[in-house]
Amino acid sequence: MQLSPGRAPLFPLPMVLTLVFLLSTPLWVTRVGLYQYLALEIMIWMLFALGYNLLLAFTGLPSFGHGAFFGAGAYAFGLLQLRVWPNLWFDLFGAVLVTAALGALVALFISHRRGIYYALLTIAFGQVFWFVANKWHTVTGGEDGLLNIKRLPADFGFFSFSLVSNDGLFYFCTIVFALVLIGLWRLIHSPLGRIFSAIKQNETRAAFVGYNVWLYKWLVFTISTAIAGLAGAMFAMAQQSAYPNVMSLHNSGFVVMMVLIGGGMVSFWGPLIGATFFILARDLLGAYTETWLLWYGLIFMAMVLFKPEGVAGAWQDWRAKVQRSKLTSASAAASARGAA
Amino acid sequence: MKLFEATGLSKRFGAQVVLQDITLAFAEGQLSGIMGPNGAGKTTCFNVLTGRYKPDRGSVRFAGEDITGLSPREIACKGVSRSFQIMNLFDDYTALDNVMVATPHVRKQGFNAWRDLGADSKARQLAASVLERVGLQGKENVQANSLSYGERRALEIGVALAAEPRILFLDEPTAGLGAEGTARLAALVKALKRQLTIVIIEHDMNFLFSLADQISVIHWGQVIAQGTPNELRQNEWVRRSNLGALA
Repeated sequence: MQLSPGRAPLFPLPMVLTLVFLLSTPLWVTRVGLYQYLALEIMIWMLFALGYNLLLAFTGLPSFGHGAFFGAGAYAFGLLQLRVWPNLWFDLFGAVLVTAALGALVALFISHRRGIYYALLTIAFGQVFWFVANKWHTVTGGEDGLLNIKRLPADFGFFSFSLVSNDGLFYFCTIVFALVLIGLWRLIHSPLGRIFSAIKQNETRAAFVGYNVWLYKWLVFTISTAIAGLAGAMFAMAQQSAYPNVMSLHNSGFVVMMVLIGGGMVSFWGPLIGATFFILARDLLGAYTETWLLWYGLIFMAMVLFKPEGVAGAWQDWRAKVQRSKLTSASAAASARGAA
Repeated sequence: MKLFEATGLSKRFGAQVVLQDITLAFAEGQLSGIMGPNGAGKTTCFNVLTGRYKPDRGSVRFAGEDITGLSPREIACKGVSRSFQIMNLFDDYTALDNVMVATPHVRKQGFNAWRDLGADSKARQLAASVLERVGLQGKENVQANSLSYGERRALEIGVALAAEPRILFLDEPTAGLGAEGTARLAALVKALKRQLTIVIIEHDMNFLFSLADQISVIHWGQVIAQGTPNELRQNEWVRRSNLGALA
């Protein structure tokens, strides 16, 4: 992926637009016939997809079992709250840590691989997680999952912020999302991010200029799963439950489709577009037909056939075209002046 | 003591013996050449010297330290750098980024996830000066896979050079280049000579005989002759084989 050369803006326009868009939803979302919970869910998927894209597009590592870590975050959050200590901060950080630890463990077994072998291993591990969630009744609640996960208040000591309403939870999650978004934006421009991307382009060369490729691949998987865990924990709060379906192969596939349709392969912002598109399609198409996934799948296929770079890619093409036509008209004008 | 010494290196792949008891030494500050026919084991030899393959037998010492069997990364970090015969660049990166990511300055902050590398003026300066050394000034912001073949060859050396090595291995730097490109590359290597220790595998004998202080001839996985270009011109095997025909 091409980053523009030179210094990266601290708060680039797409970031500002995304946050303004999200934060403004309480003002208009019900007026257009939608509901606040939808915006919350879109944001949670944005977060998951952003973390996933760090792995897929920036480091070139195809994980097709990432839903497992989204689910692990949801379960970890639920279990910590129900069994250990019902405190939002503890449960949230705990869920991220537990998921990151699981991710780090899985990464130990896959980081020497790449390409199709990497993908297959991630699917296998994803299935293991799903199976455990389904069968380990005493801990995970089996097919019922964990019920009655509470939206505990965000306690800042001097004041406490209730997350019980969808609005409250939404504002809280937006702040967390914004922090991660800023962090990831920094990361992709940092030496670490540039090395991830170098490894994607040429592992051999990266090793021969002195990088520990295995360690970097281990690290990026761990970071990406930590973010998936955070998104999963938020999802558990949003749904007030955690169930096996959140770590199913389906969920792993959804995040891939979001990233690809949105244009994550060519743009940092692609996953944001993709997650919005996916959840909206689910709700809007889903209102008309039970087979919405079929239609969504067809859109996905058309996209992969005709514009594999996704929405962000189409946007970049359009902008390049506008720029070119500006240049040619400018030079035409200049030559016309010259002639005169 | 030589800067880089390989003693009794042997390597086989299955039944095929590729290197057989190879002993080579490269003195500090010198430009050494390795020549030999296709399939003689030259590139395998480089791969063993730079850690890509582990030798079955023998040892490799660099600056007095045993580096046999270390990984490419560990060897690279000690100051051994190499270029590749088949080009190995970061194709989506600009020329500047290719070189920048290879510098020890960036490697040292490799786990920094916060600092904006684009705002790191020292990294950019270092990288720009490397590009200048390999004649790519003005191409800083061109994507590597949009460069011409000859420029990519130069960048291949630039990436190796950016690692600030004490010894630089160049594997057929002129492969695929025409006369003009070869001449330009010869000028580039000549300019690097004496700045650091260089070892070159090369097919172009004019190139090698005009530049090298010392040449080793490898054939059938063995060193069959060694010496200065002048000595080798007298060498019977070199004279008889077409290798010496140009020299």
